[in-house]
Amino acid sequence: MGKTVTQPVMIKWLASLEQQIHAGFSTGFPLIGRGVHIGNRNQLALAAKDFRDGIVSIHVWPMLGWLEIKQRYRRSFLGPFWLTISTGALLGGMGPLYGRLFGLDISTYFPFLAIGFVVWLFLAGIITDACVAFIAAEGYIKQMKLPFTVYVLRMVWRNLIIFAHNAVIVVLVMLFWPPALSWHLLLIPPAVLFIALNGIWVGLGLGVLCARFRDIPQIVGSLVQVAFFLTPVMWQAGMLGRNQWAAQWNPIYHFLEVVRSPLLTATTNWNSWAAVLGITAIGYTAAFLLFARFRARIAYWV
Amino acid sequence: MARISAKDIVVDFPIYGAKSRSLKNAVLHTATGGRLATDANERVIIRALNGLSFEFKDGDRIGIVGHNGSGKSTLLRVLVGAYEPVRGSIKTVGRVASMLSLTLGIDVEATGYENIFLRGAIMGLKRKEIETIVDEICEFSGLGDYIHMPMRTYSSGMYMRLAFAISTSVAADIVVMDEWLSAGDHAFAEKAQSRLSNLIEQAKMLVLASHDENLIRANCNKILQLDHGDMVRFGAP
Repeated sequence: MGKTVTQPVMIKWLASLEQQIHAGFSTGFPLIGRGVHIGNRNQLALAAKDFRDGIVSIHVWPMLGWLEIKQRYRRSFLGPFWLTISTGALLGGMGPLYGRLFGLDISTYFPFLAIGFVVWLFLAGIITDACVAFIAAEGYIKQMKLPFTVYVLRMVWRNLIIFAHNAVIVVLVMLFWPPALSWHLLLIPPAVLFIALNGIWVGLGLGVLCARFRDIPQIVGSLVQVAFFLTPVMWQAGMLGRNQWAAQWNPIYHFLEVVRSPLLTATTNWNSWAAVLGITAIGYTAAFLLFARFRARIAYWV
Repeated sequence: MARISAKDIVVDFPIYGAKSRSLKNAVLHTATGGRLATDANERVIIRALNGLSFEFKDGDRIGIVGHNGSGKSTLLRVLVGAYEPVRGSIKTVGRVASMLSLTLGIDVEATGYENIFLRGAIMGLKRKEIETIVDEICEFSGLGDYIHMPMRTYSSGMYMRLAFAISTSVAADIVVMDEWLSAGDHAFAEKAQSRLSNLIEQAKMLVLASHDENLIRANCNKILQLDHGDMVRFGAP
């Protein structure tokens, strides 16, 4: 009953959304396929060029990413290590409390929470910042020509720096409760890399959508807040009992798992790795098509 | 070689009010149904450039003139590549120096010295390249030891001196300027003028938008006049 009513509405809604976005591109040319010729090159090729040029601009985006961190902590004695301290304080308070509430031993619960929370902060930071990747770069975008990808990479780089500071906590926790050594630990760096890689498509996709529709940053902001409670960060997926689907269908859970499982259980959750790889492929395809279609409009929208 | 060829370029600005910029509208429309096409047509569009075609070549010194809102700044932004025209094509050959904003990318909390590297990187220079010009910029700006102070401590004159010095430190094939640049007190302004003239002489092409007729006459050998987004004149002054 619920399905039959909602599905046509959803389809209609998506169709209208598509048309609304399309209306933003005022000439209404179908860009993919036939291609609009600006200097005789179609939009997919131009988007690919933007992407390539952006990535090779390694004298720009790492610097801009660092600059934002420096600006935030200028003249503070500890600088970005305040991130470490505030995350540490939060964990120090939450760990014992929730460990007790869930009736779990602190030596198992605290590492679980610390790793999960630090990775969660990384993911949530990327998703939230992705919304303003282009909006926040308005000044640059309107005055000069830089590849749009640069602004996305700056956002991901900044979040990677923040993650590195928070990761200090994970290292401290691991020194206190050492993990079982296994080759599975070798998969942690690639897992972090994959989170960052996914941040790029999230930034391209959400960046474009949010530049056009200014409600989306607000929607994403509240969804991220809800997601924190719906994702096994504070609680463990095992506690779901027969309702495992609630974790399995949550994409964020898999991104947590690829970092968490080697450290906590000396295993690799291949299921989650498969999900992460799948999400990467689908995400890049969808975001890149969206970016290709509306790249030329971003300067008009921001 | 420097060349800009534009063919029938059109720039439209969609105007999003609270109405069509919010998703609410897209959702509401589904409920009412079928009014999207109308909505798309009713949307306010400002046509900033209306089918401009021109050819800028080596040696051209183009002055862009026109009333406020005639499309001068929009055209400059198209020329530096910030806006892609919604229709038509534009082809640019040569390195473009965008002098639309001298202070873009400057962080007032960083020192003047650090800002040379910041702005240099945004202008497309590698660290090594910036290192070769940094001394000259410090020297020209005449800031002395102030160069190692945060830029928030600068007076507005000092701030502009440094911004000017950095922006004019890189040779380019095409210089795009919104109004003639000047900076600092009388003595510095003279120094600045000769530096700017020198930069422009070395450039193969200058595009300058200005309201000052004398300035245009003194520096330009071609005039492109805009009126409500139409090119009404292009040729010798």
